[in-house]
Amino acid sequence: MLLAKTLKELGYEVREAANGREALEVIEAEKSTLTLVLADWNMPEIDGLDMLKRLRRNPALSSLKVVMVTTETEIDRIAEALEAGANEYVMKPFTPDILVEKLQIAGIHP
Amino acid sequence: MSSQVAIAEIHPENYRFLQEHIYSHAGIVLEEDKQYLFESRLAPIVRQLGLESINDLCALIQSSRLPEVGHQVVEAMTTNETYFFRDPSHYDAIRTVLLPRLMEERRDTKRLRFWSAASSTGQEAYSLAMLLIEAGLSDWNIQILGTDFSSQVVERARSGKYQQIEVNRGLPATLLIKHFRRSGADWHLCDPVRRMVSFETIDLRKSMRALGPFDLVFCRNVMIYFDAKTKMNILKELHGTMYRGGWLLLGGAETAGGVEGCFERQTVGNAAVYVAR
Repeated sequence: MLLAKTLKELGYEVREAANGREALEVIEAEKSTLTLVLADWNMPEIDGLDMLKRLRRNPALSSLKVVMVTTETEIDRIAEALEAGANEYVMKPFTPDILVEKLQIAGIHP
Repeated sequence: MSSQVAIAEIHPENYRFLQEHIYSHAGIVLEEDKQYLFESRLAPIVRQLGLESINDLCALIQSSRLPEVGHQVVEAMTTNETYFFRDPSHYDAIRTVLLPRLMEERRDTKRLRFWSAASSTGQEAYSLAMLLIEAGLSDWNIQILGTDFSSQVVERARSGKYQQIEVNRGLPATLLIKHFRRSGADWHLCDPVRRMVSFETIDLRKSMRALGPFDLVFCRNVMIYFDAKTKMNILKELHGTMYRGGWLLLGGAETAGGVEGCFERQTVGNAAVYVAR
């Protein structure tokens, strides 16, 4: 909720998905217009890391930025996500300022 | 809620007393519209001392019964927000232009000295240390000095310990996993970064020339609090600590106006930088 609200306030159009499988379907259908995917680690059906790995295996999505936003805060977890191709990593809880700064680090400039 | 209102209410004569107290001890000018700042910074001290209000706090300082409380109030009012890699354009300028030039100039001695002049809890100094390590300067003789008016924040900076919310701000995840280790709720900076940096308590209004010479000085988001005369004196003192051709980086709302003879303004990427003449 905070994510979608913050992104809308920054002027982004936002698509939301209830779980990892639905997210992959939305990404596939709208890949030509999507700039960024924000993924939680803990999602029903397909988790965030698995989704990230599937996205990175698809050459058609190579320019898509993926930022993990999650309560998983162990260093090994963060390293695993970066290794799998995450562009940035935001630990929950976060503030809108933190999100904007992290997006800038990932090369997204609202 | 009502107790918070009572704590925060400041009588006009006490507001003037606090303004004068902060100015005489730290040289910082707090205007008439800073009620919220006094409230947010001083209410925790009021509660900690078991007092009823900021007015009681003023009475306690005026009684001189606990001189350390007056100092605690000054420290609370002069602590500035900071975070890792704040104002990325400055770090981009250092990475792409300033550092390559400095490395060329100092290639014989491999020695560089930096100063974070209002270092608060240390994120600026440590960001620079991480940037230098990432730039391959681990085998250089690097000294980064962080200084602040507040001994409390200097102690925190020295500890190299940060909370999750602090390492979440502005710090790329790649640097987090490389330069920090987690211990319970805290994140600890690793030794290679900490070894580059030392911290001291100083008052920027006093002579600072003995600290130098520096190749690059950060003095960001602190000058805005001083009056014009104090600001000019500080800029001259900063100039006196720098090598000719060294770089000064100020906050986004600050300029080196009034001391044009000391510094030349240049633009590097999106950053304004000042070169010591």
